[in-house]
Amino acid sequence: MIRILEARGGATLQDAGRYGAMRYGITPAGPMDPLAHATANRALGNPFGATAIEVGLGGLSLAVEEAPLDIALAGGAFRIDCDGRPLPPAAALTLRPGMALRIRAGRAGAWCYLAVAGRIDVAPVLGSTATHTRSGFGGLDGRALGPGDGLALAEARAGLGEPTALVAPWLDRSPETIRVVLGPQDDYFAESEIAAFLTRDWTVSPKGDRMACFLDGTPLTHAKGHDIVSDGIAMGAIQVPGQGLPIVLMADRQPTGGYPKIATVIGADLGRLAQAQGGTRLRFRAVSVAEAVAARRAEAAALEPGIALEPVVRTEFSSEFLLGRNLIDGVVG
Amino acid sequence: MAAPGPDTGGRPRFLDAGEAALVVEFGARVDPALNDRVLALDAALNAKPPRGLAETVPTYRSLMIHYDPLALSRDALVAAVEGRLAEGGAARAGGRRWTIPCCYDPAFAEDIAEVADLAGRDVAAVAALHAEAEYRVYMYGFAPGFAYLGGLPEALALPRRPSPRPPHPPGAVMIGGGLAAIGTFPMPTGWYVLARTPERLFAEGRDPAFLIESGDTLRFEPVDAGTFTALERRAAGGEIVARVAA
Repeated sequence: MIRILEARGGATLQDAGRYGAMRYGITPAGPMDPLAHATANRALGNPFGATAIEVGLGGLSLAVEEAPLDIALAGGAFRIDCDGRPLPPAAALTLRPGMALRIRAGRAGAWCYLAVAGRIDVAPVLGSTATHTRSGFGGLDGRALGPGDGLALAEARAGLGEPTALVAPWLDRSPETIRVVLGPQDDYFAESEIAAFLTRDWTVSPKGDRMACFLDGTPLTHAKGHDIVSDGIAMGAIQVPGQGLPIVLMADRQPTGGYPKIATVIGADLGRLAQAQGGTRLRFRAVSVAEAVAARRAEAAALEPGIALEPVVRTEFSSEFLLGRNLIDGVVG
Repeated sequence: MAAPGPDTGGRPRFLDAGEAALVVEFGARVDPALNDRVLALDAALNAKPPRGLAETVPTYRSLMIHYDPLALSRDALVAAVEGRLAEGGAARAGGRRWTIPCCYDPAFAEDIAEVADLAGRDVAAVAALHAEAEYRVYMYGFAPGFAYLGGLPEALALPRRPSPRPPHPPGAVMIGGGLAAIGTFPMPTGWYVLARTPERLFAEGRDPAFLIESGDTLRFEPVDAGTFTALERRAAGGEIVARVAA
């Protein structure tokens, strides 16, 4: 059993997503950063799409009860500690009853995934455990995790022991450039506006959530109006509503909608964008479908062999850590 | 709405929505003939799906095909679509015809007085106009089991609200923007609530979970408040209270 100790909103259970019923208005949900979600699961030998805990900027603290449990963490540069001992943002370890694991927002990144060795035992809805809070189903009673919640486990395993770091260099992603495929409604914009879309700086708004990433900047103008007959929406679709500021539709998007979509973020860069905190500046770069597929293939190939684990090497020293080691001249006497 | 045009018959446009979704667009209008072509392609693809096809989402005038580009290339997908179109797979089995119980009692018709004012008719006339029409389920979207319906009488074609009203009740039967809709789950909405149905277009755990397909047609059958309550109780027990004709 996993016990949630602290949660300030934004932590949900997510598997790979609820597919097959978009035609009935069902939102897929699933992880905001599919690559980090898959990495955490892969580190434990789980299926890629196994149910994991997605933690947002609100953070989360938890403990295990009854029996030890192997867990793996991957995502943005969150501040993670186990009983006060700092861990790398991508790590695996055995969590024992009595230990408290804390996950807090750090200098970069917006989502952190916690996968478990075994299975988080919640009932699937339409074949998936992904939480969609707006529909009120999936995950734990269709809602975000809160303090006191218990998550039952099935086939839980433990054996990793002391913390190790995941060797997952693909998680070091800069959000500066986000690759897109133009369309499906790029013909609603003049060439000069498409050029402006690709050359302007955009700033990620802090108001984003699992449904969408909002961008601030100089508004774009439409050549053919902003009303289209509603059509399908893929994850990463960049719609431009009447006011001209792009909105990137993410995991909790509606499966259909009605604004022109100037471009679509490629699969390999969805997590890169999702991890951008409010205030991040970025640019879009247009690539071909073939390039987008190649990037996706490279990502799949990186995950394929499994994730190596290595002893924790400190590359970042927190001030608490330095003080503890008495390494700062003249500060600690 | 975008420019009208002679959309029927021509070769569709293939539009990329990233590298894992392809839009096959037959036209730019809300039009039953275009929607028929969308649904025919949808049926043909799903009857014999190419390996790597993930799922399809039919909409008014286009079909979104989600696919795994590592298993199915864009070129192979386009070829598969063109093959289905050439086979004239267009012979889609006609949609089913549904009769949906629907209560226009004032307690269930939260916005009908507002609609009557806007349409310049009395409340009873609005209910009668709405109940006499036959509707086509064009597509789902927006929320689970939220169905967009065409066929609303011209006299009830009002623009949507300028800003959303508080969440509608479950099973809300609504109009807005020249269309009708059924909203299964409560959501804030820019539509006007004219009535409620005890039927649930989506009920998790019921078989089938989803009752009505895109392309089906339906009529609303007025019932009084007592009948509504009785039917709602049966629907809550998992029973299907709408009727279907072959």
